[in-house]
Amino acid sequence: MLGQPLYPDPLQVAGEWHADGRGVAIATVIETWGSAPRPVGSHLVIDSEGNFHGSVSGGCVEGAVIVEAADVIASGAARILEFGVADETAWRVGLSCGGRIRIYVERLG
Amino acid sequence: MLLEHLHRLNTARDARLAAVTITPLDIGEARLFLEGELHDPAAAPAIESALRTGKSGIVEIGGQAAFVNVYLPPPRIVVIGAVHISQALAGMAETAGFDLSIIDPRSAFATEERFGKAKLLAEWPEEALQHTPLDAYTALVAVTHDPKIDDFPLAKALEAGCFYVGALGSRKTHAGRVERLAKLGVNESAIASIHAPIGLDIHASSPAEIAVAILAEIIQTLRTRDVTAGRRAAA
Repeated sequence: MLGQPLYPDPLQVAGEWHADGRGVAIATVIETWGSAPRPVGSHLVIDSEGNFHGSVSGGCVEGAVIVEAADVIASGAARILEFGVADETAWRVGLSCGGRIRIYVERLG
Repeated sequence: MLLEHLHRLNTARDARLAAVTITPLDIGEARLFLEGELHDPAAAPAIESALRTGKSGIVEIGGQAAFVNVYLPPPRIVVIGAVHISQALAGMAETAGFDLSIIDPRSAFATEERFGKAKLLAEWPEEALQHTPLDAYTALVAVTHDPKIDDFPLAKALEAGCFYVGALGSRKTHAGRVERLAKLGVNESAIASIHAPIGLDIHASSPAEIAVAILAEIIQTLRTRDVTAGRRAAA
């Protein structure tokens, strides 16, 4: 990636939310196989209310990531999620584009 | 992510500085490196490769899998001279993902009719570069042939550590330019880093072909640059 600007930038938003006193999780695409809609390194940021900004897929798995993010914000323990067509859960959340992705979810702060 | 890392990362990105985060996949403590900082020797090859290619991914560092995320500022091209070559270069640069702007004080050259939606500044470089400062992720291409227009931005680009500085003109024209820049106080090794004659040697002939040669040389320089030295000049 050349580093295309993405406004408003998810990591800027994460900083603002944290400054507002909200719990924040950062989800990052760490690996992709096949036709994944967002490149490795893309961020989705989520607050404790379930507000989110940015993306880790074309909208297919964001719902599931937001649910996991709530646990990560509560526990502080980072985790790695995997979605793909080979996986029953992934099919249910709808990564039907044929790709597989791994996402790292961590708490900010 | 540590809050301190997020703040340093966001500040670096605002300042158009490159940064790399390394997160061990066994969920250990992540680390943040800014371009030009001393790197941990075990992680240095992964960091340098990420800075050069702009590619994030999983790599092995010290026998352990880690995710390397690289944040590069969007590369820019600043062209001095709204000439025929610049018309071709504007379209190609956009396709290749560069943010291009053209500066030319000659209002007959810098017209919307000739350049469509390209970013045009019909000003002297002395003025234009005040609101569009040059930096390490900017390529400067001087193509007017006119020392009154080209020399100042060339000196500025070398001072700012632009990753690429190129100037159009024959070897003879360039010899004159080298003398003038030396008189302006630009140091010898900086002058020697100017790409002149400009562009990869592909025997380009038409303005569009010369634009291809210039863009190819910019990409080659961006992807092979020395990322260990940091920025050449203090920001």
